Amino acid sequence: MTTLIKYIKSFTLFELMKGLKLTITYFFKPKVTLNYPNQKGPISPRFRGEHALRRYPNGEERCIACKLCEAVCPAQAITIEAEPKPDGSRRTTRYDIDMTKCIYCGLCEEACPVDAIVEGPNFEYATETREELLYDKEKLLRNGDIWEKQISENLKRDSKYR
Amino acid sequence: MTSLSFELTIGILKIFSFVVPVLVSVALLVYLERKVLGAVQLRKGPNVVGPFGILQSFADVLKLLTKENLLPSSSNKFLFIFAPMLTLILSLIAWAVIPISSTYVIANINIGILYLFAVSSFGVYGVIIAGWASNSKYPFLGALRSAAQMISYEVSIGFVIITVLICVGSLNLIDIVESQKNMWFAIPLLPMFVIFIISALAETNRLPFDLPEDEATLVAGFFTEYSSISFGLFFLAEYANMILMSSLTVILFLGGWYPPIDIFPLNAIPGIFWFIIKVFLILFVFLWVRATFPRYRYDQLMRLGWKIFLPFTLIWVVITSAFLFYFGLLPN
Repeated sequence: MTTLIKYIKSFTLFELMKGLKLTITYFFKPKVTLNYPNQKGPISPRFRGEHALRRYPNGEERCIACKLCEAVCPAQAITIEAEPKPDGSRRTTRYDIDMTKCIYCGLCEEACPVDAIVEGPNFEYATETREELLYDKEKLLRNGDIWEKQISENLKRDSKYR
Repeated sequence: MTSLSFELTIGILKIFSFVVPVLVSVALLVYLERKVLGAVQLRKGPNVVGPFGILQSFADVLKLLTKENLLPSSSNKFLFIFAPMLTLILSLIAWAVIPISSTYVIANINIGILYLFAVSSFGVYGVIIAGWASNSKYPFLGALRSAAQMISYEVSIGFVIITVLICVGSLNLIDIVESQKNMWFAIPLLPMFVIFIISALAETNRLPFDLPEDEATLVAGFFTEYSSISFGLFFLAEYANMILMSSLTVILFLGGWYPPIDIFPLNAIPGIFWFIIKVFLILFVFLWVRATFPRYRYDQLMRLGWKIFLPFTLIWVVITSAFLFYFGLLPN
């Protein structure tokens, strides 16, 4: 009897029809594709994208040159040199991140006592040359100025989980 | 003399009226295939070039045309260039006998179906020549596979066609369609119809039977060494063959240009539209099958062809002819 059913099934293409039915139901389902440059997926407030150096609202740099980020960086992508300023505060004279070395682990962000270095929500910074990915302090501060609004909002939204 | 040149002009215009739509519909079929595969996989498919991405294939053709045509140094140069041309020419000359309405056909010859069968058997030469002339291992294996596969499935296609011919009593394609005015052959000959569609998939080297170009084992099969427009010609020929085989299915089983039921609003639509709609539906089945099934293994393919389709079609030829003979339904 089971062999008979097996034969009937194989000659009526039963299993094949089942497969075709499955694919046709998927054919009419709504599609999940995002039209990327025009449409973007949601990003978590913890997203670890391009780095930025932040400033206080009065325009002063947050970074106090404690070099914790440099020490914690597992890829050794960060290089910092510091000098005391005329007013006696410690400030960096050089803050470089080699974005080709960075592994986007977010440890620098976590090590920072003053929330100066952060990984922002931007991930669209592909360049045509390698040299453009060796970020210096000026570039990082500019990133901070551009993304400050979103960065501070993300930090606020994520603060209760930290 | 003038009447001869007049007829020549008409003939050439007729040929163009077939070839140009076929080539354009190849481009649209490639687009449709990518859309259908995308939709089944919950993607959108091409949607950037032109409205809804409909010009995608034309952009791809332009890209292929601007590429360099590479000739492998160890290949047989003449045959290497000749093979894609042969494949495309064979897939286009078959259209000479396809009637798209009761009057519109380039050559209404009374052995039309034999001509089609002969031309489609020739198709294997393009593949074998390409595989041999490339002088490389993967194309050669692909060519061997396709030779075996196309010959095996032509046997069962032959028997399916014989069954239809027994019911019609004519080799003329227009007669075949006209004898289906009251009932399409797909209904009384349903098993033959299914076998024909499956064999057509194997004959055109489509998934799940695309062993000659099996990318998992043979890189790209018989056209591994081809680039630029000579690759494009193979591509064009494969899709033109798909359209040809679905037109043949429509002519043999789905009543060609006749509407499904012969009542007013349906039979007012010109026959050519019915023909195109039916061809489109069969092509959609081809793409749907491609989106659903995994590729057959080579021994499974041979087993299906020789140990199942061949005896099955043979028995059906006998059953059909016995039935027609017993009830006196044989066409004169």
